[in-house]
Amino acid sequence: MNNIASMPASPPAEAARLPARHYLNEAHTLRSWFLTTDHKRIALLFLASITVFFLIAGVAALLMRLELLTPEGDLVQAETYNRLFTLHGVLMVWFFLIPSIPTVLGNFAIPMMLGARDLAFPRLNLISWYLFVGGGTLTLYSLIKGGVDTGWTFYTPYSTLYSNSAVLSTVAGVFVSGFSSILTGLNFIVTIHTLRARGLTWFRLPLFIWSMYATSLILVLATPVLAITLLLLAMERFFGFGFFDPRLGGDPLLFQHLFWFYSHPAVYIMILPGMGVVSELVAAFSRRRVFGYKVVAFSSLAIAVYGFLVWGHHMFVAGQSPYAGLVFSALSYLVAIPSAIKVFNWTATLYKGDISLDTPMLYALGFIGLFTIGGLTGLFLAALGLDVHLTDTYFVVAHFHFIMVGGMVMGYLGGIHYWWPKISGRLYTEWMGRFSAITAFVGFNLTFLPQFLAGYLGMPRRYWAYAPEYQVLNVMSTLGASILGVAYAFPLIYLTWSFWKGQVAGPNPWEATGLEWRTPSPPPTHNFETPPRVTGEAYERSHAARGEA
Amino acid sequence: MKDMLSPWQALWELLRWAKRPFAALFPPVLSEHADGVDSFYMFLVGMSTFFSLLIAGLIVFFAVRYARGRKADRTRPPESNLVLEIVWSTVPLVLSVVIFFWGARLYLRLFTEPLGGYGEVVYVVGKQWMWKVQHPQGPMEIGALHAPMGIPIRLVMTSQDVIHDFSIPALRIKRDVVPGRYTSLWFQATRTGEFPIYCSEYCGTLHSQMLGKLVIQSPAAYAAWLAQGAAAGTAIQAGERLFTSLGCGGCHGAEGGAIRAPQLAGIFGRPVPLQSDGFATADEAYLRESILFPGRKVVAGYAPVMPTFAGQINEEQMVELIAYLRSLRLP
Repeated sequence: MNNIASMPASPPAEAARLPARHYLNEAHTLRSWFLTTDHKRIALLFLASITVFFLIAGVAALLMRLELLTPEGDLVQAETYNRLFTLHGVLMVWFFLIPSIPTVLGNFAIPMMLGARDLAFPRLNLISWYLFVGGGTLTLYSLIKGGVDTGWTFYTPYSTLYSNSAVLSTVAGVFVSGFSSILTGLNFIVTIHTLRARGLTWFRLPLFIWSMYATSLILVLATPVLAITLLLLAMERFFGFGFFDPRLGGDPLLFQHLFWFYSHPAVYIMILPGMGVVSELVAAFSRRRVFGYKVVAFSSLAIAVYGFLVWGHHMFVAGQSPYAGLVFSALSYLVAIPSAIKVFNWTATLYKGDISLDTPMLYALGFIGLFTIGGLTGLFLAALGLDVHLTDTYFVVAHFHFIMVGGMVMGYLGGIHYWWPKISGRLYTEWMGRFSAITAFVGFNLTFLPQFLAGYLGMPRRYWAYAPEYQVLNVMSTLGASILGVAYAFPLIYLTWSFWKGQVAGPNPWEATGLEWRTPSPPPTHNFETPPRVTGEAYERSHAARGEA
Repeated sequence: MKDMLSPWQALWELLRWAKRPFAALFPPVLSEHADGVDSFYMFLVGMSTFFSLLIAGLIVFFAVRYARGRKADRTRPPESNLVLEIVWSTVPLVLSVVIFFWGARLYLRLFTEPLGGYGEVVYVVGKQWMWKVQHPQGPMEIGALHAPMGIPIRLVMTSQDVIHDFSIPALRIKRDVVPGRYTSLWFQATRTGEFPIYCSEYCGTLHSQMLGKLVIQSPAAYAAWLAQGAAAGTAIQAGERLFTSLGCGGCHGAEGGAIRAPQLAGIFGRPVPLQSDGFATADEAYLRESILFPGRKVVAGYAPVMPTFAGQINEEQMVELIAYLRSLRLP
């Protein structure tokens, strides 16, 4: 076993003991956690809450996959199935994916990567967590009331007039949690502008910071549109205002335009942070600068900007004009280019690197592979004539899971494993980490590759029962999902264990370059004893540290 | 060789050949459009496989070649390389342009009336959770659509309640069926048989049971089927009965004398001058709007005296009325 602790650069004396005082043992009362303004503790609060949502949404997914093991609808009722996929979508999108990397890894790492003591607005950060938990509670309350059956997209007029389910409390939950997103985004933007250490110029920032900056722009600019849209929906459902219902003079397509004007940029909230993490991981485990630093940085911003211009590609068959379709298709290809450039840059970073395949790196390489497939299949869907056949089928389901699960969740887990020694001060058992990363990759492909094929064969999404000819592919998918379930449950166990019992990590077990690695693990509450000064470029290491063979 | 293949045709044949071993992964091919979509898909699958393997291969190669502890030349790793970066930005750009135009070409065909026009128009009404199909000259079907082979058929569709989507994988086409408006699709089947129809836009509890079958018959068999079904009453006849029972004829009929309201014979598909300037084409959407909201687009020269029929007729009756109006020819 290639044990991290045996690496030459970690002096054994230092690795033996945790620092005497750090942010975790500063205080132990409940009050010291629930009223904390320490970004690191708030990150852990978010970590615990999104893990709960991930588990609930994951169980919903497994129940769906079990139902789909046979063509007949036999395990659950159709109504239950519809509530399951809505629950899965709503929780995964708004209560796991969107907050995942920003609120946990962003909260934890951004101030330290900048050499700051905390975010610019520590109390706002705490409010953000309370809003998030409040919104999540409202959404879970809908679950107790029997759940929602609209799908996470809340399309009208189904959601406003026809659904007999807890639409209002769910929408209210998403609405409230949106303010959490806005506050977090605002906090990050201000922090990145104002709290950089001396010498840390914009082009010396780690690429994770660039991607979080781009993400924050989207959070702040797009989320209000979602809030307005959900408000209109609630007004129509509750008071009968005619915004979307044609019988009241409304237009159901208006809802789709407004919804996707938020939700397409939101897709980039669900991938840009993952890209940022992968840039860090590839640099750290190849021990060299990311190839084409500035291009990677600007491509994050380009993706964030283009993301606002392509919402109409969700509506090629919805009844919008074919000319609008042409424009949205063409613009969608613009997003493909910076995404492709990133993939090429990461790959080129490996060239002449000093590569070790530790757990975070396995997740990062898995991300690159799966994101490549997810991105390429996006080209299929942005192609008008082909999208007509593929949209609303399992092809779309497979595509966005490749981006959001193959991409974002792999990035998130890679990041968690990378910063875990900093978060906890301890190491997890390396082989367990590698085993999980590889299992997740295998399970993921087995789950979602068959769905591309089922989709091209015509299997529509959101079907509780399906034609027998799709069964073989669905059985493969369910089998894969079971493997994926194991791959996600396992880290929960060994990371929790290592939090108390793991081997002590030392300040920089990976020999990474960021400022966050220049402080003890776990860090003191104020992060740095003396404010750091930056004199070199991002990811720059001395030749001695590179360990040339 | 008598005639050389153009590069375009050669690519086409290559893609068709490449598809053959994977036939089980394709729905039946029921139209030329479906064949074209399959070839495009094969092109994209080939391209994606190439790039996925390229990236995966490079990652594995570098991970092995530059594994930590392994002797390798690591001197001066490049921080950027302008030529390389221009190449890997341009290649995706060029490919994107090709894909965009190819996809757009297939898409616009779905919105373009075929040369020689449509052979027949069929009305489709979606409601939770069934498809109702009305043939102007034939019967009303539930959950099935009969159509003749080789003749372009236009579907004009709307929904009685929520958004549905009329999807026929064998034709590689689908379109949302939206309440409050008409959307349309057209196809020309190249062989006979039965093929599934799905609702592809989530529409509530029994969304997955909102199924149908497309029955393609030879033109002769179809004509016989249509005639047999017509004996029980056609959509046009139902529309005529509605026209009478709703009292439309009082103003629009021959006895109205075209004084209070325009004559409707021969009006379908024609431009009509509007009170408020300009013209409107008297298509399905205009007729529907004028029946439900008569005050919106009043024909020039007439007073806005028509009462609204909103709430009195449902979408099925509406398409019957339209089928009837469409059938009226100038004497």
